Amino acid sequence: MSIRSIILERVTMIAEQQGKQLAPLTDELPLLNSGLDSLCIAIVVANLDDELGLDPLSSDDQSAFPVTLGDFIRLYEDAAA
Amino acid sequence: MGAPLEALRGRSVMISTERQLTAALALCELDGIARRMLLCTPDMSPTHVSSAITDAEIDTIVTDGGGPAKNVAHDTSLIFVGDRLKPCEGTPDRSVDTEWLLLTSGTTGRPKLAVHTLASLVGPLNDGLVVQDAPVWSTFYDIRRYGGLQILLRAFVGGGSMVLSSAGEPVADFLSRAGANRVTHISGTPSHWRRTLMSAATSRMNPRYVRLSGEACDQAILDNLRQAYPDANVAHAFASTEAGVAFDVRDGQAGFPASLIGQIGKDVSIRVEDGSLRIRSSRVADRVIGNHGRALSDAEGYVDTGDIVELRGDRYYFAGRREGVINVGGLKVHPETIEAVINQHPAVHMSRVSGRSSPITGAIAVAEVVINPSAAACGVSFAAIRNEILGLCRGRLAPHEIPVTIREISSLEIAASGKLVRRHA
Repeated sequence: MSIRSIILERVTMIAEQQGKQLAPLTDELPLLNSGLDSLCIAIVVANLDDELGLDPLSSDDQSAFPVTLGDFIRLYEDAAA
Repeated sequence: MGAPLEALRGRSVMISTERQLTAALALCELDGIARRMLLCTPDMSPTHVSSAITDAEIDTIVTDGGGPAKNVAHDTSLIFVGDRLKPCEGTPDRSVDTEWLLLTSGTTGRPKLAVHTLASLVGPLNDGLVVQDAPVWSTFYDIRRYGGLQILLRAFVGGGSMVLSSAGEPVADFLSRAGANRVTHISGTPSHWRRTLMSAATSRMNPRYVRLSGEACDQAILDNLRQAYPDANVAHAFASTEAGVAFDVRDGQAGFPASLIGQIGKDVSIRVEDGSLRIRSSRVADRVIGNHGRALSDAEGYVDTGDIVELRGDRYYFAGRREGVINVGGLKVHPETIEAVINQHPAVHMSRVSGRSSPITGAIAVAEVVINPSAAACGVSFAAIRNEILGLCRGRLAPHEIPVTIREISSLEIAASGKLVRRHA
Protein backbone atom coordinates (compact mmCIF):
# COMPACT_ATOMS: atom_id res chain seq x y z
CA MET A 1 0.00 0.00 0.00
CA SER A 2 1.41 3.39 -0.93
CA ILE A 3 2.00 6.10 1.66
CA ARG A 4 -0.67 8.18 -0.07
CA SER A 5 -3.32 5.50 0.25
CA ILE A 6 -2.36 4.78 3.87
CA ILE A 7 -2.73 8.49 4.71
CA LEU A 8 -6.07 8.80 2.91
CA GLU A 9 -7.34 5.70 4.67
CA ARG A 10 -6.29 7.04 8.08
CA VAL A 11 -7.83 10.45 7.41
CA THR A 12 -11.13 8.83 6.43
CA MET A 13 -11.09 6.45 9.39
CA ILE A 14 -10.33 9.13 11.98
CA ALA A 15 -12.91 11.53 10.55
CA GLU A 16 -15.48 8.76 10.90
CA GLN A 17 -14.38 7.90 14.47
CA GLN A 18 -14.53 11.55 15.49
CA GLY A 19 -17.85 12.15 13.76
CA LYS A 20 -16.45 14.72 11.32
CA GLN A 21 -17.83 15.36 7.85
CA LEU A 22 -14.92 15.20 5.40
CA ALA A 23 -14.67 17.37 2.31
CA PRO A 24 -13.81 15.52 -0.91
CA LEU A 25 -10.12 14.63 -0.54
CA THR A 26 -7.96 16.29 -3.21
CA ASP A 27 -4.34 17.43 -3.14
CA GLU A 28 -5.45 21.05 -3.24
CA LEU A 29 -7.78 20.75 -0.25
CA PRO A 30 -6.55 23.00 2.61
CA LEU A 31 -6.16 20.75 5.66
CA LEU A 32 -8.06 23.16 7.88
CA ASN A 33 -11.03 23.06 5.48
CA SER A 34 -10.99 19.27 5.30
CA GLY A 35 -13.40 18.87 8.19
CA LEU A 36 -10.60 17.69 10.51
CA ASP A 37 -9.86 19.85 13.55
CA SER A 38 -6.42 20.12 15.20
CA LEU A 39 -7.14 17.18 17.48
CA CYS A 40 -8.07 14.97 14.48
CA ILE A 41 -4.91 15.99 12.64
CA ALA A 42 -2.88 15.22 15.79
CA ILE A 43 -4.49 11.76 15.90
CA VAL A 44 -3.75 11.15 12.20
CA VAL A 45 -0.11 12.16 12.79
CA ALA A 46 0.22 9.82 15.82
CA ASN A 47 -1.38 6.95 13.87
CA LEU A 48 0.98 7.46 10.94
CA ASP A 49 3.94 7.53 13.32
CA ASP A 50 2.83 4.15 14.69
CA GLU A 51 2.07 2.65 11.32
CA LEU A 52 4.86 4.06 9.14
CA GLY A 53 7.45 4.94 11.77
CA LEU A 54 7.49 8.43 10.27
CA ASP A 55 6.84 11.71 12.05
CA PRO A 56 8.13 14.35 9.64
CA LEU A 57 6.29 17.18 11.43
CA SER A 58 8.37 16.56 14.56
CA SER A 59 11.67 16.35 12.74
CA ASP A 60 14.25 19.03 13.49
CA ASP A 61 14.70 20.11 9.90
CA GLN A 62 10.99 20.57 9.34
CA SER A 63 10.80 23.75 7.34
CA ALA A 64 7.13 24.57 6.99
CA PHE A 65 3.76 23.45 8.19
CA PRO A 66 1.66 21.71 5.54
CA VAL A 67 -1.23 23.78 4.25
CA THR A 68 -2.94 21.42 1.82
CA LEU A 69 -3.56 17.69 1.95
CA GLY A 70 -1.09 17.38 -0.95
CA ASP A 71 1.62 19.15 1.13
CA PHE A 72 0.87 16.81 4.01
CA ILE A 73 1.19 13.67 1.87
CA ARG A 74 4.40 14.99 0.26
CA LEU A 75 5.98 15.51 3.70
CA TYR A 76 5.54 11.81 4.42
CA GLU A 77 6.60 10.68 0.94
CA ASP A 78 9.76 12.79 1.22
CA ALA A 79 10.46 11.50 4.72
CA ALA A 80 10.17 7.92 3.48
CA ALA A 81 12.37 8.52 0.45
CA MET B 1 -33.92 44.92 31.82
CA GLY B 2 -30.60 46.09 33.17
CA ALA B 3 -29.85 46.89 36.78
CA PRO B 4 -28.39 49.88 38.52
CA LEU B 5 -24.72 49.36 39.19
CA GLU B 6 -25.14 50.51 42.78
CA ALA B 7 -27.32 47.46 43.51
CA LEU B 8 -24.26 45.30 43.00
CA ARG B 9 -22.08 47.06 45.56
CA GLY B 10 -20.38 44.56 47.88
CA ARG B 11 -21.98 41.60 46.10
CA SER B 12 -20.22 38.37 45.14
CA VAL B 13 -20.98 38.15 41.47
CA MET B 14 -20.66 35.35 38.96
CA ILE B 15 -20.32 36.59 35.38
CA SER B 16 -21.90 34.08 33.03
CA THR B 17 -22.14 35.29 29.47
CA GLU B 18 -22.74 33.99 26.01
CA ARG B 19 -20.64 36.78 24.52
CA GLN B 20 -17.10 37.75 25.44
CA LEU B 21 -17.92 41.43 25.01
CA THR B 22 -20.64 41.37 27.68
CA ALA B 23 -18.17 39.73 30.07
CA ALA B 24 -15.58 42.42 29.33
CA LEU B 25 -18.10 45.20 29.98
CA ALA B 26 -19.29 43.59 33.21
CA LEU B 27 -15.71 43.32 34.47
CA CYS B 28 -15.09 46.99 33.69
CA GLU B 29 -18.22 48.17 35.42
CA LEU B 30 -18.05 45.93 38.47
CA ASP B 31 -14.39 46.41 39.41
CA GLY B 32 -14.27 48.62 42.49
CA ILE B 33 -17.99 48.01 43.16
CA ALA B 34 -18.46 44.26 43.71
CA ARG B 35 -16.83 42.32 46.54
CA ARG B 36 -15.74 39.66 44.06
CA MET B 37 -16.34 38.67 40.45
CA LEU B 38 -16.08 35.10 39.27
CA LEU B 39 -15.55 34.87 35.54
CA CYS B 40 -17.11 31.75 34.01
CA THR B 41 -15.13 30.15 31.21
CA PRO B 42 -17.31 29.30 28.20
CA ASP B 43 -16.89 25.54 28.57
CA MET B 44 -17.54 25.36 32.33
CA SER B 45 -19.74 22.37 33.18
CA PRO B 46 -23.03 22.78 35.12
CA THR B 47 -21.49 20.82 38.04
CA HIS B 48 -18.54 23.20 38.14
CA VAL B 49 -20.90 26.20 38.03
CA SER B 50 -22.82 24.82 41.03
CA SER B 51 -19.75 24.10 43.13
CA ALA B 52 -18.17 27.45 42.22
CA ILE B 53 -21.35 29.23 43.37
CA THR B 54 -21.04 27.51 46.74
CA ASP B 55 -17.27 27.77 47.16
CA ALA B 56 -17.09 31.43 46.15
CA GLU B 57 -20.23 32.33 48.12
CA ILE B 58 -21.80 33.81 45.02
CA ASP B 59 -24.98 35.79 45.72
CA THR B 60 -25.61 37.31 42.30
CA ILE B 61 -25.26 36.14 38.73
CA VAL B 62 -24.78 38.74 36.04
CA THR B 63 -25.66 37.31 32.68
CA ASP B 64 -26.58 38.24 29.12
CA GLY B 65 -29.03 35.34 29.24
CA GLY B 66 -26.45 32.75 28.21
CA GLY B 67 -23.20 31.30 29.39
CA PRO B 68 -22.54 28.24 31.53
CA ALA B 69 -24.82 29.29 34.43
CA LYS B 70 -27.83 29.13 32.12
CA ASN B 71 -30.11 26.28 33.19
CA VAL B 72 -28.15 25.67 36.39
CA ALA B 73 -30.41 25.66 39.43
CA HIS B 74 -29.33 28.17 42.08
CA ASP B 75 -30.93 30.41 44.66
CA THR B 76 -28.93 33.54 43.96
CA SER B 77 -30.36 36.64 42.37
CA LEU B 78 -30.08 36.81 38.64
CA ILE B 79 -29.39 40.09 36.91
CA PHE B 80 -29.72 40.36 33.19
CA VAL B 81 -27.65 42.88 31.36
CA GLY B 82 -27.76 43.91 27.78
CA ASP B 83 -24.70 45.71 26.65
CA ARG B 84 -24.17 47.48 29.94
CA LEU B 85 -25.41 48.00 33.44
CA LYS B 86 -27.42 51.13 34.13
CA PRO B 87 -24.99 53.86 35.08
CA CYS B 88 -25.15 55.42 38.54
CA GLU B 89 -25.95 59.03 39.17
CA GLY B 90 -22.64 60.85 38.97
CA THR B 91 -19.35 59.02 39.33
CA PRO B 92 -19.64 55.79 41.30
CA ASP B 93 -17.43 55.23 44.30
CA ARG B 94 -14.99 52.52 43.21
CA SER B 95 -13.17 52.06 46.48
CA VAL B 96 -13.87 48.33 46.90
CA ASP B 97 -10.76 46.20 46.33
CA THR B 98 -12.66 43.75 44.14
CA GLU B 99 -11.43 40.16 43.98
CA TRP B 100 -11.22 38.65 40.50
CA LEU B 101 -11.80 34.89 40.66
CA LEU B 102 -10.47 32.90 37.75
CA LEU B 103 -10.84 29.19 37.14
CA THR B 104 -7.51 27.45 37.02
CA SER B 105 -7.31 25.35 33.90
CA GLY B 106 -7.42 21.60 34.03
CA THR B 107 -9.41 21.17 37.16
CA THR B 108 -10.59 17.76 38.28
CA GLY B 109 -13.50 17.52 40.66
CA ARG B 110 -14.39 20.85 42.22
CA PRO B 111 -12.95 23.77 40.32
CA LYS B 112 -10.10 25.69 41.89
CA LEU B 113 -10.45 29.44 41.81
CA ALA B 114 -7.40 31.69 41.76
CA VAL B 115 -8.11 34.91 43.65
CA HIS B 116 -6.56 37.92 41.96
CA THR B 117 -7.10 41.65 42.15
CA LEU B 118 -6.86 44.09 39.28
CA ALA B 119 -3.43 44.98 40.67
CA SER B 120 -2.12 41.41 40.50
CA LEU B 121 -3.56 40.94 37.02
CA VAL B 122 -2.05 44.04 35.48
CA GLY B 123 0.77 44.30 38.06
CA PRO B 124 3.81 46.24 36.89
CA LEU B 125 4.68 44.37 33.76
CA ASN B 126 8.11 45.93 33.36
CA ASP B 127 8.74 43.53 30.57
CA GLY B 128 10.16 46.04 28.17
CA LEU B 129 7.43 45.33 25.66
CA VAL B 130 7.50 48.36 23.44
CA VAL B 131 3.97 49.40 22.69
CA GLN B 132 3.74 52.15 20.15
CA ASP B 133 0.90 54.61 19.89
CA ALA B 134 -2.54 53.16 19.31
CA PRO B 135 -1.74 49.46 19.50
CA VAL B 136 -4.40 47.03 18.29
CA TRP B 137 -4.46 43.95 20.48
CA SER B 138 -5.87 40.56 19.71
CA THR B 139 -5.78 37.03 21.03
CA PHE B 140 -6.81 33.58 19.95
CA TYR B 141 -7.78 32.97 23.57
CA ASP B 142 -11.23 33.59 24.90
CA ILE B 143 -10.91 36.63 27.17
CA ARG B 144 -12.63 34.68 29.96
CA ARG B 145 -9.43 32.64 30.33
CA TYR B 146 -6.30 34.00 31.99
CA GLY B 147 -4.34 34.18 28.71
CA GLY B 148 -7.04 36.20 26.97
CA LEU B 149 -7.84 38.34 29.99
CA GLN B 150 -4.20 39.44 30.11
CA ILE B 151 -4.50 40.87 26.61
CA LEU B 152 -7.86 42.51 27.33
CA LEU B 153 -6.41 44.20 30.42
CA ARG B 154 -3.32 45.34 28.50
CA ALA B 155 -5.68 46.99 26.05
CA PHE B 156 -7.76 48.55 28.85
CA VAL B 157 -4.84 49.78 30.88
CA GLY B 158 -2.33 50.54 28.17
CA GLY B 159 -4.75 51.99 25.68
CA GLY B 160 -5.51 51.01 22.14
CA SER B 161 -8.24 48.79 20.78
CA MET B 162 -8.83 45.09 20.63
CA VAL B 163 -10.14 42.53 18.16
CA LEU B 164 -11.83 39.55 19.82
CA SER B 165 -11.66 36.08 18.36
CA SER B 166 -14.74 33.94 18.26
CA ALA B 167 -15.18 30.25 18.94
CA GLY B 168 -15.96 28.34 15.80
CA GLU B 169 -14.79 31.09 13.46
CA PRO B 170 -12.55 29.67 10.71
CA VAL B 171 -8.90 30.65 11.31
CA ALA B 172 -8.61 32.29 7.90
CA ASP B 173 -11.65 34.51 8.59
CA PHE B 174 -10.23 35.57 11.95
CA LEU B 175 -6.85 36.37 10.36
CA SER B 176 -8.62 38.46 7.71
CA ARG B 177 -10.43 40.43 10.43
CA ALA B 178 -7.16 40.85 12.34
CA GLY B 179 -5.50 42.11 9.18
CA ALA B 180 -8.34 44.46 8.23
CA ASN B 181 -8.26 45.94 11.74
CA ARG B 182 -4.45 46.26 11.65
CA VAL B 183 -3.76 44.12 14.69
CA THR B 184 -0.30 44.91 16.06
CA HIS B 185 -0.05 42.63 19.12
CA ILE B 186 -1.51 39.14 19.19
CA SER B 187 -1.26 36.13 21.50
CA GLY B 188 -2.21 32.48 21.49
CA THR B 189 -1.02 29.02 22.44
CA PRO B 190 1.53 27.19 20.28
CA SER B 191 -1.41 25.07 19.09
CA HIS B 192 -3.33 28.18 18.01
CA TRP B 193 -0.24 29.31 16.11
CA ARG B 194 0.29 25.93 14.44
CA ARG B 195 -3.28 26.13 13.15
CA THR B 196 -2.53 29.62 11.88
CA LEU B 197 0.53 28.40 10.03
CA MET B 198 -1.52 25.61 8.46
CA SER B 199 -4.24 27.99 7.32
CA ALA B 200 -2.43 29.44 4.30
CA ALA B 201 -3.76 32.78 5.55
CA THR B 202 -0.85 33.89 7.75
CA SER B 203 -0.11 36.84 5.47
CA ARG B 204 -3.57 38.34 5.96
CA MET B 205 -2.25 40.08 9.05
CA ASN B 206 1.04 41.76 9.77
CA PRO B 207 1.50 42.00 13.55
CA ARG B 208 4.53 43.54 15.19
CA TYR B 209 4.35 41.36 18.28
CA VAL B 210 3.48 37.68 18.32
CA ARG B 211 3.18 36.02 21.69
CA LEU B 212 2.93 32.35 22.63
CA SER B 213 1.84 31.11 26.04
CA GLY B 214 -0.12 28.40 27.80
CA GLU B 215 1.87 25.47 26.46
CA ALA B 216 5.48 24.46 26.02
CA CYS B 217 6.90 26.12 22.96
CA ASP B 218 9.19 24.17 20.62
CA GLN B 219 11.85 25.47 18.27
CA ALA B 220 9.90 24.56 15.10
CA ILE B 221 6.96 26.80 15.94
CA LEU B 222 9.25 29.71 16.84
CA ASP B 223 11.24 29.35 13.61
CA ASN B 224 8.11 29.07 11.51
CA LEU B 225 6.53 32.13 13.10
CA ARG B 226 9.68 34.17 12.59
CA GLN B 227 9.59 33.22 8.93
CA ALA B 228 5.88 33.96 8.59
CA TYR B 229 6.14 37.32 10.41
CA PRO B 230 9.62 38.66 9.73
CA ASP B 231 8.67 42.13 11.02
CA ALA B 232 7.35 40.85 14.34
CA ASN B 233 8.97 40.22 17.69
CA VAL B 234 8.14 36.63 18.53
CA ALA B 235 8.04 36.01 22.28
CA HIS B 236 7.01 33.09 24.41
CA ALA B 237 5.73 33.71 27.90
CA PHE B 238 5.84 31.71 31.09
CA ALA B 239 2.59 32.21 32.93
CA SER B 240 -0.15 30.37 34.77
CA THR B 241 -3.48 31.40 36.23
CA GLU B 242 -2.13 30.96 39.78
CA ALA B 243 1.41 32.28 39.32
CA GLY B 244 0.53 35.03 36.86
CA VAL B 245 2.76 36.13 34.01
CA ALA B 246 6.35 35.61 35.12
CA PHE B 247 8.51 36.52 32.16
CA ASP B 248 8.78 36.19 28.43
CA VAL B 249 11.62 35.08 26.21
CA ARG B 250 12.35 36.98 23.01
CA ASP B 251 15.58 35.54 21.67
CA GLY B 252 13.74 33.21 19.30
CA GLN B 253 14.97 30.10 21.10
CA ALA B 254 12.87 27.49 22.91
CA GLY B 255 13.26 27.29 26.68
CA PHE B 256 14.82 30.12 28.65
CA PRO B 257 18.40 31.17 29.46
CA ALA B 258 19.69 29.83 32.77
CA SER B 259 20.91 33.36 33.46
CA LEU B 260 17.28 34.35 34.17
CA ILE B 261 17.32 32.32 37.39
CA GLY B 262 17.22 34.76 40.27
CA GLN B 263 15.80 38.21 39.94
CA ILE B 264 14.16 39.29 36.68
CA GLY B 265 13.60 43.01 36.69
CA LYS B 266 12.23 44.56 39.83
CA ASP B 267 9.20 42.41 40.53
CA VAL B 268 9.85 38.82 39.53
CA SER B 269 12.14 36.13 40.91
CA ILE B 270 12.36 32.61 39.59
CA ARG B 271 14.15 29.52 40.78
CA VAL B 272 14.22 25.80 40.10
CA GLU B 273 13.63 23.51 43.03
CA ASP B 274 13.05 19.75 42.94
CA GLY B 275 13.18 20.06 39.17
CA SER B 276 10.27 22.46 38.81
CA LEU B 277 10.06 26.15 38.02
CA ARG B 278 9.05 28.40 40.94
CA ILE B 279 7.88 31.97 40.52
CA ARG B 280 7.59 34.85 42.96
CA SER B 281 6.07 38.07 41.72
CA SER B 282 3.46 40.71 42.38
CA ARG B 283 1.31 38.99 39.77
CA VAL B 284 0.88 35.80 41.78
CA ALA B 285 -2.72 35.14 42.89
CA ASP B 286 -3.49 36.04 46.49
CA ARG B 287 -4.78 32.54 47.22
CA VAL B 288 -6.67 29.67 45.66
CA ILE B 289 -10.19 28.72 46.73
CA GLY B 290 -10.75 24.96 46.68
CA ASN B 291 -7.06 24.06 47.00
CA HIS B 292 -7.75 21.67 49.89
CA GLY B 293 -6.16 24.08 52.35
CA ARG B 294 -2.80 23.92 50.61
CA ALA B 295 -0.95 27.21 50.49
CA LEU B 296 -0.39 28.61 47.03
CA SER B 297 3.16 29.68 47.75
CA ASP B 298 6.00 28.58 50.03
CA ALA B 299 7.31 30.53 53.03
CA GLU B 300 9.35 32.76 50.74
CA GLY B 301 6.43 33.49 48.45
CA TYR B 302 7.40 31.21 45.56
CA VAL B 303 4.63 29.41 43.65
CA ASP B 304 5.45 25.99 42.25
CA THR B 305 4.29 26.07 38.62
CA GLY B 306 4.47 22.25 38.44
CA ASP B 307 6.43 22.68 35.19
CA ILE B 308 9.43 20.37 35.21
CA VAL B 309 12.44 22.00 33.53
CA GLU B 310 15.73 20.47 32.44
CA LEU B 311 19.05 22.27 32.16
CA ARG B 312 20.79 21.55 28.84
CA GLY B 313 23.84 23.67 28.18
CA ASP B 314 23.03 27.19 29.28
CA ARG B 315 19.24 26.93 28.88
CA TYR B 316 16.36 25.37 30.71
CA TYR B 317 13.85 23.40 28.64
CA PHE B 318 10.33 22.32 29.53
CA ALA B 319 10.28 18.59 30.28
CA GLY B 320 6.70 17.92 31.37
CA ARG B 321 4.36 18.47 34.26
CA ARG B 322 4.99 17.28 37.78
CA GLU B 323 1.63 15.70 38.36
CA GLY B 324 1.44 14.30 34.87
CA VAL B 325 -1.08 16.83 33.57
CA ILE B 326 -1.25 16.57 29.80
CA ASN B 327 -1.62 19.75 27.82
CA VAL B 328 -3.61 18.99 24.67
CA GLY B 329 -3.61 22.15 22.61
CA GLY B 330 -3.83 24.35 25.69
CA LEU B 331 -6.54 22.23 27.33
CA LYS B 332 -5.17 20.48 30.38
CA VAL B 333 -6.06 16.85 30.87
CA HIS B 334 -5.68 15.01 34.14
CA PRO B 335 -4.69 11.37 33.57
CA GLU B 336 -6.68 10.35 36.65
CA THR B 337 -9.95 11.56 35.09
CA ILE B 338 -9.46 9.34 32.06
CA GLU B 339 -8.16 6.38 34.08
CA ALA B 340 -11.27 6.56 36.26
CA VAL B 341 -13.45 6.07 33.17
CA ILE B 342 -11.30 3.31 31.68
CA ASN B 343 -11.22 1.48 35.02
CA GLN B 344 -15.02 1.23 34.95
CA HIS B 345 -14.72 -1.44 32.27
CA PRO B 346 -15.11 -4.79 34.07
CA ALA B 347 -12.23 -6.38 32.17
CA VAL B 348 -9.77 -3.66 33.19
CA HIS B 349 -7.56 -4.35 36.19
CA MET B 350 -5.79 -0.99 36.09
CA SER B 351 -4.73 1.67 33.64
CA ARG B 352 -2.29 4.49 33.16
CA VAL B 353 -2.82 7.51 30.94
CA SER B 354 0.10 9.62 29.85
CA GLY B 355 0.96 12.27 27.31
CA ARG B 356 2.58 11.58 24.00
CA SER B 357 4.17 14.52 22.26
CA SER B 358 2.39 15.81 19.17
CA PRO B 359 3.66 18.31 16.62
CA ILE B 360 0.08 19.56 16.18
CA THR B 361 -1.41 19.90 19.67
CA GLY B 362 1.76 19.70 21.79
CA ALA B 363 0.55 16.47 23.36
CA ILE B 364 -2.17 13.87 23.09
CA ALA B 365 -3.46 11.40 25.69
CA VAL B 366 -2.56 7.72 25.34
CA ALA B 367 -3.53 4.82 27.62
CA GLU B 368 -2.02 1.57 28.77
CA VAL B 369 -4.27 -1.01 30.38
CA VAL B 370 -3.75 -4.19 32.35
CA ILE B 371 -6.53 -6.71 31.78
CA ASN B 372 -8.03 -8.72 34.67
CA PRO B 373 -6.72 -12.29 34.74
CA SER B 374 -10.32 -13.56 34.84
CA ALA B 375 -11.28 -11.56 31.74
CA ALA B 376 -8.12 -12.67 29.97
CA ALA B 377 -9.04 -16.27 30.77
CA CYS B 378 -12.43 -15.89 29.07
CA GLY B 379 -10.64 -15.38 25.78
CA VAL B 380 -12.29 -12.05 24.89
CA SER B 381 -10.06 -10.31 22.36
CA PHE B 382 -8.24 -7.15 23.42
CA ALA B 383 -9.53 -5.41 20.30
CA ALA B 384 -13.10 -5.94 21.49
CA ILE B 385 -12.28 -4.67 24.99
CA ARG B 386 -10.52 -1.66 23.51
CA ASN B 387 -13.58 -0.74 21.47
CA GLU B 388 -15.76 -0.97 24.57
CA ILE B 389 -13.33 1.20 26.54
CA LEU B 390 -13.42 3.77 23.74
CA GLY B 391 -17.20 3.67 23.84
CA LEU B 392 -17.14 4.40 27.58
CA CYS B 393 -14.69 7.26 27.05
CA ARG B 394 -16.74 8.80 24.24
CA GLY B 395 -19.81 8.83 26.45
CA ARG B 396 -18.13 10.50 29.41
CA LEU B 397 -15.12 12.50 28.30
CA ALA B 398 -14.45 15.53 26.14
CA PRO B 399 -12.92 14.75 22.72
CA HIS B 400 -9.41 15.87 23.76
CA GLU B 401 -9.56 13.55 26.80
CA ILE B 402 -10.27 10.38 24.84
CA PRO B 403 -7.07 8.35 24.58
CA VAL B 404 -5.75 8.29 21.05
CA THR B 405 -4.21 4.85 21.52
CA ILE B 406 -5.01 2.13 24.05
CA ARG B 407 -2.31 -0.47 24.51
CA GLU B 408 -2.44 -3.66 26.54
CA ILE B 409 0.45 -4.26 28.93
CA SER B 410 1.03 -7.03 31.44
CA SER B 411 1.63 -4.88 34.51
CA LEU B 412 2.05 -1.31 35.73
CA GLU B 413 4.71 -0.23 38.17
CA ILE B 414 3.54 0.93 41.59
CA ALA B 415 5.89 3.09 43.66
CA ALA B 416 6.69 2.54 47.34
CA SER B 417 4.20 5.33 48.07
CA GLY B 418 1.50 3.05 46.68
CA LYS B 419 0.99 5.36 43.73
CA LEU B 420 1.19 4.53 40.08
CA VAL B 421 4.60 5.43 38.70
CA ARG B 422 4.05 8.21 36.17
CA ARG B 423 6.42 9.52 33.62
CA HIS B 424 6.53 13.20 32.89
CA ALA B 425 4.11 13.91 30.11
